[in-house]
Amino acid sequence: MKSEQQYIDLYGEAADIIKSKSCPVMNALRDTAFETFRSQGFPTRKVERYRYTDVEAAFAPNYGVSLSPLTIKPSPYIFNLKDAPEDIAALYGSVADSKDPITALNTALVHETLLVHVTRNTKVDAPITIDYWLRGEAATMMNRRILILMETGAEATIIINDHAADKQRFLSTQVIEVICRDNAHLDMYEIEETTPLCSRFSNVYIREGRDCSVKHNSITLFNGQTRNLCDVYLQGENSEVTLNGCAIASANQCIDNNTLIDHQVPNCQSTELYKYVVDDKAVGAFAGKILVEKGAQHTSSQETNANLCASPDARMYTQPMLEIYADDVKCAHGSTVGVMDEAALFYMRQRGIPETEARMLLKNAFMGQVIDQIKDEPLRARLYVKVEKRFRGELDKCEDCRLCK
Amino acid sequence: MSESNEFVKKVAEKKYEFGFTTDIHTEIIDKGLNEDVVRLISEKKGEPEWLLEFRLKAYRYWLTQQQPSWAHVHLPEIDYQAISYYADPTAKAKKGPNSLEEIDPELMKTFDKLGIPLEERLALSGTAVDAVMDSVSVKTTFKEKLSEKGIIFCSISEAVREYPDLVKQYLGSVVPYRDNYFAALNSAVFSDGSFVYIPKNTRCPMELSTYFRINARNTGQFERTLIVCDEGSYVSYLEGCTAPQRDENQLHAAIVEIVVMDNAEVKYSTVQNWYPGDAEGKGGVLNLVTKRGELRGTNSKLSWTQVETGSAITWKYPSCVLRGDNSQAEFYSVAVTNNHQEADTGTKMIHLGKNTRSTIISKGISAGKSQNSYRGLVRVGKNADFARNYSSCDSLLLGSECGAHTFPYMDVHNNTATVEHEATTSKINEDQLMYCNQRGISTEEAVGLIVNGYAKEVINKLPMEFAVEAQKLLSVSLEGTVG
Amino acid sequence: MLEIRNLHATVGGKEILKGIDLTIKDGEIHALMGTNGAGKSTLSNVIVGNPSYEVTEGSITFNGKDLLAMKPEERAREGIFMSFQTPIEIPGVSMTNFMRAAVNARRETQGKEPLKSTDFLKLMREKRKLVEIDQKLMNRSVNEGFSGGEKKRNEIFQMAMLEPSFCILDETDSGLDVDALRIVAEGFNKLRSADTSAMVITHYQRLLDYIKPDVVHVLIGGKIVMTGGPELAQKIENEGFDWIKETLA
Repeated sequence: MKSEQQYIDLYGEAADIIKSKSCPVMNALRDTAFETFRSQGFPTRKVERYRYTDVEAAFAPNYGVSLSPLTIKPSPYIFNLKDAPEDIAALYGSVADSKDPITALNTALVHETLLVHVTRNTKVDAPITIDYWLRGEAATMMNRRILILMETGAEATIIINDHAADKQRFLSTQVIEVICRDNAHLDMYEIEETTPLCSRFSNVYIREGRDCSVKHNSITLFNGQTRNLCDVYLQGENSEVTLNGCAIASANQCIDNNTLIDHQVPNCQSTELYKYVVDDKAVGAFAGKILVEKGAQHTSSQETNANLCASPDARMYTQPMLEIYADDVKCAHGSTVGVMDEAALFYMRQRGIPETEARMLLKNAFMGQVIDQIKDEPLRARLYVKVEKRFRGELDKCEDCRLCK
Repeated sequence: MSESNEFVKKVAEKKYEFGFTTDIHTEIIDKGLNEDVVRLISEKKGEPEWLLEFRLKAYRYWLTQQQPSWAHVHLPEIDYQAISYYADPTAKAKKGPNSLEEIDPELMKTFDKLGIPLEERLALSGTAVDAVMDSVSVKTTFKEKLSEKGIIFCSISEAVREYPDLVKQYLGSVVPYRDNYFAALNSAVFSDGSFVYIPKNTRCPMELSTYFRINARNTGQFERTLIVCDEGSYVSYLEGCTAPQRDENQLHAAIVEIVVMDNAEVKYSTVQNWYPGDAEGKGGVLNLVTKRGELRGTNSKLSWTQVETGSAITWKYPSCVLRGDNSQAEFYSVAVTNNHQEADTGTKMIHLGKNTRSTIISKGISAGKSQNSYRGLVRVGKNADFARNYSSCDSLLLGSECGAHTFPYMDVHNNTATVEHEATTSKINEDQLMYCNQRGISTEEAVGLIVNGYAKEVINKLPMEFAVEAQKLLSVSLEGTVG
Repeated sequence: MLEIRNLHATVGGKEILKGIDLTIKDGEIHALMGTNGAGKSTLSNVIVGNPSYEVTEGSITFNGKDLLAMKPEERAREGIFMSFQTPIEIPGVSMTNFMRAAVNARRETQGKEPLKSTDFLKLMREKRKLVEIDQKLMNRSVNEGFSGGEKKRNEIFQMAMLEPSFCILDETDSGLDVDALRIVAEGFNKLRSADTSAMVITHYQRLLDYIKPDVVHVLIGGKIVMTGGPELAQKIENEGFDWIKETLA
């Protein structure tokens, strides 16, 4: 039996229950999404955007599907989609690529959607924080969905934490849709600190209007198998997007980041910086495409992917892509897979710093380039500490998590 | 704005110089492909049993495969039954031409017109030529002179007859027939091409060159070239191609295999100028080529240099397998696309040996409504300690309706390896154009100058005569390209 | 303090040192002079254990311990410090973190507790003044964006922080103007105790005007060909190396 079959069976059995716990806008897309999933199944490695992750294997174990309700602390910005006004609820599913098999599966199975809504010209000072806890007595699948609506002129920082509360097998699918209306500014962080027993499939879709700026940071500190997709559609002029990523993998961990920046209109800017440190038998993969559509003149785009392989068994795959259909553009990408600077290592050792410590400092410095760019000061400080602890091997559980003892 | 439209128009009007046809009696076998056709080709060439078996295995494998669709090109559906798989313009001479007297004067004229004199006294200085039209090698010059040094340079058909052991040892050893769809097809029906063997510790005294010409209508060309450079030897090999202007697509599915032994060095240069189709995208050669060299020996070197200006569709990735320790490989490419041309070209560098080094320099130039893609793979195997790769891929866009794309893949399985890739895409520098204009240089000429400057790093890698030709070709291909 | 016996070393398979014998006692300053490519930098790199250099023969003992058996960081913690000819830039590693790691590693060998953050910063401040190095540089990454003079000063600052017993100054004077040279040299003199020894590699007398050597060696072709007092350095400054080469021929 191929692993999609159990999800097909599951839908047959559980669709009614899911629907009963959900809301009309979500149910409206559910059957079509399921059909999309059923007809194509899980993507094989021959599907270009999935070539570095064995999706079928990740979904093969038998998971119970969690249908526990969202807990939302009273907040002026965070809601359950089922309580949202009709015009906002109607945006559900409008950004995500409904053809993507993971998105389709998520749309079929997810029962609730978290809505982050920042109203017109509202500047939210403190970060809006969303904490996800993977919990369960047995192997559990969680399907998560977030809709972020930044109205015209809105400004906010959103931090989404992904933690695992129990030492248990977890499988999560996540779809985040972000709509930035004109002149909206969003600074968004996704931080994963789970366990080697977790598989994460996250698809983020961001749509920007005019004069927007969005910064999306994907930070994988500790995980099992992670597959993050992030697609950005630049649909209004004079907008910019920054996609940054920090991926640290050791033991048998896998981190696969796949991004697309789609310049649909002229005069936009995109910047991308993803860095990986892969140790032990870990596997890192990065594929990032910059697409400049016909007529999207005066696009400027810079994509950088730098990677350190720190052990003989570590593997790194990188695939930076440019697809350009407009001539008046400045686009560049660079990608490196390299070793630590031996001269720098020696200099440190001459000062009496042990080799392991010197290597740690260099790894930390290497990743520092991504962390330096984090605007939110407390988060940046926290991440410096976490990254260093990670490299010291002291971060094998999420440490500020009150559930892990 | 109007000026740039003018420019686009002019580019579209650019003519193909080598579009004439040769009126010559050509023996063409019936269209279609089946086991009998494979047997017939083999029989016509008087091949031994093992080669027929090789062809049949390849054919049967091909039947089980599907035409690949991953490249960034719109490959039309090819009706493999509408193509003739063997066309012999030398058929009148019965046993195949051995001396100049036996070659049809029309053939001589054709190659003369292409600038490839087959008379040795008229030859480009220091170049030996194997001239191939359609499915057959017409003439190989300087054979005798080369054989004094033990160098074998002849058509592959002749090599099968004269040096069966060498051919059997190496044919399909670098590109197995299972390698890909077109490689399987070629292995089943390959017609002619060149065979080169450089014995140990021999520096080939002249450039070896093969000139490919498609003439006959509705035929495919399935050239097969095999180059073996033994220990401590050196050879520089050049390849040129043209085809007449025809409304239908012509299929060219070639294989080039290169074997480089210890301390040996091979330079392989291509100037590809197949008929690109007309301004509306009608006709043109479908250039679907598998080229690969294996650096078997330690300290071996292989360098691919290509200037690609022709073909409606180019699907070509001259690659290197760096097996020997300390081996070094290079790929230098200029690809120009115009009108409706589509090119998806690049290389694969597979690092298996220790201290192996590879360099990739790719320059893409797109104009008109064309699509130009670089696609490359750098793989560092687990045991390739201290492997190094540097790749640089630049794209230049001339006009707002074309596309330039970069698809590099890097797979690194060794932590002592250093792999670096960088790519840029931009339009032609208007300040440079303005500067040239101010000095009285026309825009058309300036574009030629700037593009040649842009491609210089690659052109410089070509042997002298080829470099001059390539420069002209670049300017001609892009005549009038910017407003 | 330091004893080198019949030392042969290669770099990239090429033999550079062809049998060096050298003894440096406690508190002595030795100057090492010689033509370009004579092996001066090779000798200093071998002493500190740069993995790019291979010792093929001979021995080095430091305070009676076999130096060649130790890793570079162990040698450093024994009290050997090299002021590099061209100090490397290490982007992303702040001077503060770098120094803290080095100071605490040294303290650990001495059986001391790591310094508290406040004490460490106080120490940084004190030592900084000694070599007149700008606080702003301390907030940067190691040597990143430092001028040539600032890099050299930073080397002496690190020496001050680590309090070594044996210092190698590898062409510390190169690229320094007279004022910078004075500050660096005076910094060195202030820092050394009566027991501190040093090996000073230089082409010029002018550094030796500040740091007075007890012994001067001339290294040519991978061997020490002449040893004398401070007057030898003066003679080389005036007459060059040719006369020495002639006496060898």
